[in-house]
Amino acid sequence: MSTNTTAGTSTGAAGIIEAGATSLLRFATAGSVDDGKSTLVGRLLHDSKSVLTDQLEAVERASLGRGQETPDLALLTDGLRAEREQGITIDVAYRYFATPRRRFILADTPGHVQYTRNMVTGASTAELAVVLVDARNGVVEQTRRHAAVAALLRVPHVVLAVNKMDLVDYAEPVFAAIAEEFTTYAASLGVPGWRSGGNLQDKWCTAIPISALAGDNVVSPSANMDWYGGPTVLEHLETVPVVDDPSQDPARFPVQYVIRPQTAEHPDYRGYAGQIASGVLRVGDAVTALPSGRTSTIEAIDALGQAVDAAWAPQSVTVRLTDDLDISRGDLIAPTATAPDLSQDIEATVCHVADRPLTVGQRVLLKHTTRTVKALVKDIPSRLTLDDLSPHPAPGELAANDIGRVTLRTAEPLALDAYADSRRTGSFLLIDPADGTTLTAGMAGNAFAEAAAEAAVADGADDDEGWDF
Amino acid sequence: MTTVTAVTGNAEDADNPYALSHLDALESEAVHIFREVAGEFERPVILFSGGKDSIVMLHLALKAFAPAAVPFSLLHVDTGHNFPEVLDYRDRTVERHGLRLHVASVQDFIDRGELRERPDGTRNPLQTVPLLDAIDKGRFDAVFGGGRRDEEKARAKERVFSLRDEFGGWDPRRQRPELWQLYNGKHSPGEHVRVFPLSNWTELDVWQYIAREKIELPAIYYAHEREVFARSGMWLSPGEWGGPKDGESLERRQVRYRTVGDMSCTGAVDSDADTIEAVIAEIAASRLTERGATRADDKMSEAAMEDRKREGYF
Repeated sequence: MSTNTTAGTSTGAAGIIEAGATSLLRFATAGSVDDGKSTLVGRLLHDSKSVLTDQLEAVERASLGRGQETPDLALLTDGLRAEREQGITIDVAYRYFATPRRRFILADTPGHVQYTRNMVTGASTAELAVVLVDARNGVVEQTRRHAAVAALLRVPHVVLAVNKMDLVDYAEPVFAAIAEEFTTYAASLGVPGWRSGGNLQDKWCTAIPISALAGDNVVSPSANMDWYGGPTVLEHLETVPVVDDPSQDPARFPVQYVIRPQTAEHPDYRGYAGQIASGVLRVGDAVTALPSGRTSTIEAIDALGQAVDAAWAPQSVTVRLTDDLDISRGDLIAPTATAPDLSQDIEATVCHVADRPLTVGQRVLLKHTTRTVKALVKDIPSRLTLDDLSPHPAPGELAANDIGRVTLRTAEPLALDAYADSRRTGSFLLIDPADGTTLTAGMAGNAFAEAAAEAAVADGADDDEGWDF
Repeated sequence: MTTVTAVTGNAEDADNPYALSHLDALESEAVHIFREVAGEFERPVILFSGGKDSIVMLHLALKAFAPAAVPFSLLHVDTGHNFPEVLDYRDRTVERHGLRLHVASVQDFIDRGELRERPDGTRNPLQTVPLLDAIDKGRFDAVFGGGRRDEEKARAKERVFSLRDEFGGWDPRRQRPELWQLYNGKHSPGEHVRVFPLSNWTELDVWQYIAREKIELPAIYYAHEREVFARSGMWLSPGEWGGPKDGESLERRQVRYRTVGDMSCTGAVDSDADTIEAVIAEIAASRLTERGATRADDKMSEAAMEDRKREGYF
């Protein structure tokens, strides 16, 4: 860890390392089949010079081998045999590229309806989602679905990329109408003006008119749309703010592993290793260990080899306490003043990601931070229809790709925050105890429409209550 | 991957006192992955070849558990065609950190008649059988690999926690969704999980991290004069493994290695980058990927890596 007790000095030892001291943006793409998503990704990689000669030659060879005259940029991203055979994207792929300003991790997610779970996978770690729309078709059901998933997962920023502008004569009214319709829908999700960490997001969604095929407004500004004064897709990706202010959020430190060397050099060392899930930890903080409720004080923080006075999310550190408490993997250390409540009854919005259904009465395992406990599905009160956000009451079960509300009872108390407050400590997995299959992605607390309504009220009442994404 | 010139970082991020550099973010994530495995598995093992990715993995593991020892042993699948400098580095590293090393030998399998030498002489694809055998015999339930998603398009589809069936096989269509930082390590008896803590790193990230952390590497990663001969557009090192053959002639060149694997399929590149700064500058300017420049085995077919992974390759 190059950061010391002085915050923000991410400087390396030698000058050359400065080139690496850029920030990292994780983003996901989503779009319907044939909206040109692979072309957009290919264009982004190609025009930012992230495709190297041998990769391009491989694509040219493969394209020629299939009788195509021009290289098919989608072959850059479709990495599996079955994907190339069918010409579709089946599974999430992660790609990496960099510009002098930022490094990017792109979760390239499939557009097919049956792979909504893959968009959930990509969006769960994303700070920005690109939702692609075909300018000729406008906002369709799949667009609303993707926007709703991005909102549900609290992805802090969305780019609406209105593609194929070349096929509508680069006409501004076409773009304006689609942007307007999308913004209105996003408003119904309750997202504009929401908060990320301590920073107010002035705008959740940025709409950009593009042609991925012709290269308009992807990396270079378009000469065909002088009516558009906004950023290109890449420029927006490079400049969108992604750093939260963790000092606004209560600290959460899930204990991953207890480090006890028991060597002559360190006979009494007992350190709690973990990644800070939210907030800031400082030496001298009064803390409580959950679920036991025992209290102590932070004696030392070791940031991977360097003693520091303070550390913050998402740093991996080792914490030592002044008292020898019985703390093990799965426990949560939090400041005594802002420790979360414990509960065995959980209400959550979930996305079911397995092929076998989730049913009322099912016994599952629940993994929350570093803790895995037994749980019972007590009720499935509703299933959400994503295109109009209407609830379908008492469905009895959730099938693959369904989003719904569930109530769970756990065998042991959990220190669960609302997902609206923390993506990290408000999320959980349901796992099949029989074979370990990941069944369901869970987000604790209210559904987003309700949460949005409450947040709108809270925003007026208390401007300092920040949401943490 | 692309040209990275002098950079001051994003002004908005740099102003934030809590901004982490991308290397700090990647390091923190990788350490989290190591600790998850230590917390959830009975018998993890780190695949260690003496190559730069496995060296960075080991460095991260040392940091993750300090001041205690790394709670994992190491496993090297020795093709029998390894660079002597790399084997020497491997043994010194194991001794320096007091680690336990398991060696699975491709040569032993060939000598026993359980594997047959391929006509093209490359032993890289032959590693899968000794690897799976060692996992089985060692009863390892988690196997760390240094694979990165930027290496190859089948690798780009790989999860951080990758469940393998009782035959060690990878089925890309049956992968578990991987959500948030909640890695699911559950597996049935006989199955194991491959874990890739460097999934989100690129070649340049690895080198920048090596520079920042001042990590020692085998000398063949830096430019040096050496006897090589040309085959299939690559500079290969001579040796008992099968080169040079008739019609191939040795010459002395200033070269370095971008990857270190089996001598029969790992090529050197012409280079005068003899310091880490020069190597980073060279990679940042290169128009060839690491594997494209130096690996013969990936050029065999469009799906070479996918096919090997399905069989149990890492």
